[in-house]
Amino acid sequence: MPLSTPQSVGGSTAAAVTAGVATGRRDIKGKIIEGILILCLASSLLILTVLIVDLLRRSWPIWSERPGDFLTGPLNSANASQAGVWQGIKGTIQLALVVAVVAIPLGTACAVYLEEYAGKSKLAAFTRLNVRNLAGVPSIVYGLLGLAIFVQFFGLGRTVWAGGLALSALVLPIVIITASEALRAVPYSVREGAFGVGATRWETTRSHVLPAAAPGILTGVVLSLARAAGEAAPILLVGAATGLLRTGDQSFFDQLSEAFTAMPVIIFSYARQPGADFRELTAAASVVLLVLVLFMNAFAIWLRNRYQRKW
Amino acid sequence: MAVSNTEIRSAADLRIDPRRKAVDKAMKYFFVASAATTFAVTLAIIATLLFDAIAFLQDLADTDDGLGALFSIGWFPRRGIFDIGTLIVGTFIVTSIAMIVAVPLGLGAAVYLSEYARPRVRKTVKPILEILAGVPSVVLGYFAIAYINPNIVVNLFSGANMAFTLAAAGIGVGILTIPIIASVTEDALSAVPLALREASYGLGANRWQSTFKVVFPAAISGIIAALILGVSRAVGETMVVAIAAGATGGGLFSVDPLQPGQTMTAAMAALGFGSDQVAGDNNAFQSLYFIGLLLFFMTLLLNFASDRLVNKLREVY
Repeated sequence: MPLSTPQSVGGSTAAAVTAGVATGRRDIKGKIIEGILILCLASSLLILTVLIVDLLRRSWPIWSERPGDFLTGPLNSANASQAGVWQGIKGTIQLALVVAVVAIPLGTACAVYLEEYAGKSKLAAFTRLNVRNLAGVPSIVYGLLGLAIFVQFFGLGRTVWAGGLALSALVLPIVIITASEALRAVPYSVREGAFGVGATRWETTRSHVLPAAAPGILTGVVLSLARAAGEAAPILLVGAATGLLRTGDQSFFDQLSEAFTAMPVIIFSYARQPGADFRELTAAASVVLLVLVLFMNAFAIWLRNRYQRKW
Repeated sequence: MAVSNTEIRSAADLRIDPRRKAVDKAMKYFFVASAATTFAVTLAIIATLLFDAIAFLQDLADTDDGLGALFSIGWFPRRGIFDIGTLIVGTFIVTSIAMIVAVPLGLGAAVYLSEYARPRVRKTVKPILEILAGVPSVVLGYFAIAYINPNIVVNLFSGANMAFTLAAAGIGVGILTIPIIASVTEDALSAVPLALREASYGLGANRWQSTFKVVFPAAISGIIAALILGVSRAVGETMVVAIAAGATGGGLFSVDPLQPGQTMTAAMAALGFGSDQVAGDNNAFQSLYFIGLLLFFMTLLLNFASDRLVNKLREVY
């Protein structure tokens, strides 16, 4: 029997039934609620826009008058007209290198242990809990760790190594958590394929699981490097230079054992100076750091969305 | 046709090459050792903080005032006055202001993205919100003194300090907290099964009724977890308060958000940053570790609570 709308039900017409079920009023309350929600989202995005526009506007004199000079000049918290950010850029790159060398292999290896070896054991659950809690420890506490353990206990002094190791400890949980998620997303059948032809656990991991999870792991790596590049509190506690920084003509690697500064430290240092010219400098240095960090984050997000595989 | 050029004569020939086995074993130890470093980091943090905090308290007990210096009025570490209450109240004020900013914006943005936005809008807006999460805190600290304080705080409230206020620091911290609250809330909302929404629509509820009477309550433990995580982040945020709260050498007990003030992290920054790190006769520098220990346990407690709630949500669905 074909289904059709009856013309009348128990003496009342179809139109009367419709009118009785639907209220007829438009859902004004719903519209208002939706408007408020859109407003919340728009304000969050507006803040980001205002932040970027305001920094660009404030730093405009620097970009129009001496962009090259500013990017290549040294840290100088006494004379604003000669100050630049080159030492900060270099320091940030050096710190990122130490983080890349220390935290990325260590974090990825820990994630491999958790996902490929440990399974559902008690120890694995405890390790995961520990990593999640480490991720929530305030960054300044990692500064105290760096100061007490790396600077004083291991006697590294106020150097790039000490700062880089403190930052490595800070981003380690981020690397582990993102790498774990990437490894978990690889279906078990991929592993079974390797086990089936007689590969050991390590051979399976190296030849099948890690390549399949590589984009996800790389996303976490870029995110954690961006985080390390933007952090100021830990390296300030470890003792990054905020005033004048003299660097000799040593090689790049010798400088890892020398005093250092970094972009966020330079911003902090300039922000504390009085005077309008230092305000410009701070804004310009903020633009440099913001471009660096936001570019890295955008790259990581793009990488994740691009290679997010549905198995 | 032979599959392999090795002849199999006995069961021993089927055994794995001992070299491959050794490599496999070595790699396993390497991975276990890597996992162990996370415990080493945790232990090092706790040991450092406890060791130096206890040393600080012992030094303080030996001074004339004794431990009473922890409860006198004001925070003047260079003069031996370490009133923890001053710092905790300052932290409380900044965190409250941050939450007033971040909770409505973060929750609203998450609800809209999860329940209202079309897939295409979600796909473009969500990454932008994630970018907001990447803004370095030191940049927001500068934004707080250069823009938020003169243009927002001073304009809205008469009598506010022209240069540094706890309110401007709180708003700055709040901006940093928005993406955290938004992203954890969004996760919680999208973990609610579609069937619940369909059931709600089937009973005649419209979108906002389904959202706020069905989906929101179903995700409530995850949403509370998001708020707790936001509080934890706000309590531990350092650079914004170090720049915008105006914490210099010390400060009197103050509850006025329109004036400069001290928070736990700002006090740590004032003690630990820059060139005047004189660890020696005065135990001012050691107090850094004592505040650090308090901060560590406060955030640990908050993170633990938030973790439990997220797991609870995961168990339900």
